[in-house]
Amino acid sequence: MSRGLAHTIVVAVFAALIAWAFSRVNYAWNWAGVWEYRQKFLTGFGVTVGLSLAALVASTLIGMLAAMLLGSKHVLLEAVGRVYVELIRGTPLLVQLLIGFYVVASAVGLDNRYVVGVLVLALFSGAYMAEIFRGGLAAIPQTQRDSARAIGLTPWQSFRLVILPQAVRLVLPAVAGQFVSLIKDSSLLSVIAVSEFTLAAQEVNSFTYSTLESYLPLAAGYLLLTLPLSAVSRLLERRYRYET
Amino acid sequence: MNLDIQYLVQRFGTTTVLDGLELSTGDVRSLVLVGPSGGGKSTLLRILAGLDLPVSGRVAFDGEPLPRDETSLRGYRRTVGTVFQAYNLFPHLTAMQNLLLPLMHVQGMSETAARARVREPLERFQLADQAHKRPAELSGGQKQRIAIMRALVVQPRRLFLDEPTSALDPEMTAEVLEMIGELKDSGTQFVLVTHEMGFARRVADLVAFVGEGRVVAHGPPGEIIDRCTVPRVRGFFERILP
Repeated sequence: MSRGLAHTIVVAVFAALIAWAFSRVNYAWNWAGVWEYRQKFLTGFGVTVGLSLAALVASTLIGMLAAMLLGSKHVLLEAVGRVYVELIRGTPLLVQLLIGFYVVASAVGLDNRYVVGVLVLALFSGAYMAEIFRGGLAAIPQTQRDSARAIGLTPWQSFRLVILPQAVRLVLPAVAGQFVSLIKDSSLLSVIAVSEFTLAAQEVNSFTYSTLESYLPLAAGYLLLTLPLSAVSRLLERRYRYET
Repeated sequence: MNLDIQYLVQRFGTTTVLDGLELSTGDVRSLVLVGPSGGGKSTLLRILAGLDLPVSGRVAFDGEPLPRDETSLRGYRRTVGTVFQAYNLFPHLTAMQNLLLPLMHVQGMSETAARARVREPLERFQLADQAHKRPAELSGGQKQRIAIMRALVVQPRRLFLDEPTSALDPEMTAEVLEMIGELKDSGTQFVLVTHEMGFARRVADLVAFVGEGRVVAHGPPGEIIDRCTVPRVRGFFERILP
């Protein structure tokens, strides 16, 4: 059986189960009411895409910086990295958003909720990225660094030609997973009234009282973003494998 | 090469691994270090290869002392070649790319010139048709031979080999030792750490027994391996030789 066929069968069985579950619920479907608000959904979707992209890039950079701090030989630098990672990973994103926007941002006079939202999201995801990068770097055998030094490469050359290519291959699956999480976590920005996709669904629901018809498109919309991401990640993993 | 080591001390944390090691080889082409695990052979080799700085002591090849700062040490490393027990090659590159890397990025050669340089050794050691493969597709013996080749293509003054066959099965061990033997015959200078005593007898101009952080005995291979009177050395060889 080909992989494509197997995937299709599993999805079909799953869809059939869901359809059966829904058919058992005595629910008066009101798709027409929700359809009227399609522009709201589309706009929200666009905002989510934009926020996610910005946070993706920022969190990758923050994660790299934090990973360097974590690996630093300077006690103070390592402490900054470690406190950041533990604090952010140990507290809920919800709390970070609320404190970030209503306390910190107000204190420094930053009132653009979109900018604050992206920053908090990036800092949140960056902490997880930092651990992913640190783990990837640690997984490279010490002999690789020794071989690079033995050849006479400078530290920067060693990193660029030997360490980084291997680290990227090692962390790719985890980073892709983190990206997928980030896209879904962006839904939490609705609590500081950022008009993204989830808030749009919540608002449509409050206008139409058609809950399932508001939230099912939401799920579909996020799948539309996360599935291609997973597919690209698997493609890259296959392309960059050491074995051929 | 004329190696002169004076009171070499190396510590890792609180452990002293080299305890005032001294050795004067005279003019030899090949030096083989033997001895028990943890005795300091690899630590010594790493210092000789310019990878680690000792706590104190003086090392000089042909009268030239080894540099004591990292930047100069890097310059020294570019003039010598080092091969480790395993994981020498960079797995994300093909064998050819591994060979070209030091030529292009350290010596600044163009790709054309670099490819021309590696063609002859690849043919000589019958690895030309493996060059396009990644290390994962090569056998252990092939990987080690490519690693040795990578150390050679920069035309180093001398080679340092740290147990190059310890991770290989007997057949692959033989093919790697054959290559090293050929290098010895064609005049390459090297310092080799090995447990292969038969091979040590064949290629060593001088054997040094390193134990407990010191050179316990040194001399021509037959004298050290077969006829040494020092009890520590005698006991070691009696236990490991068939």
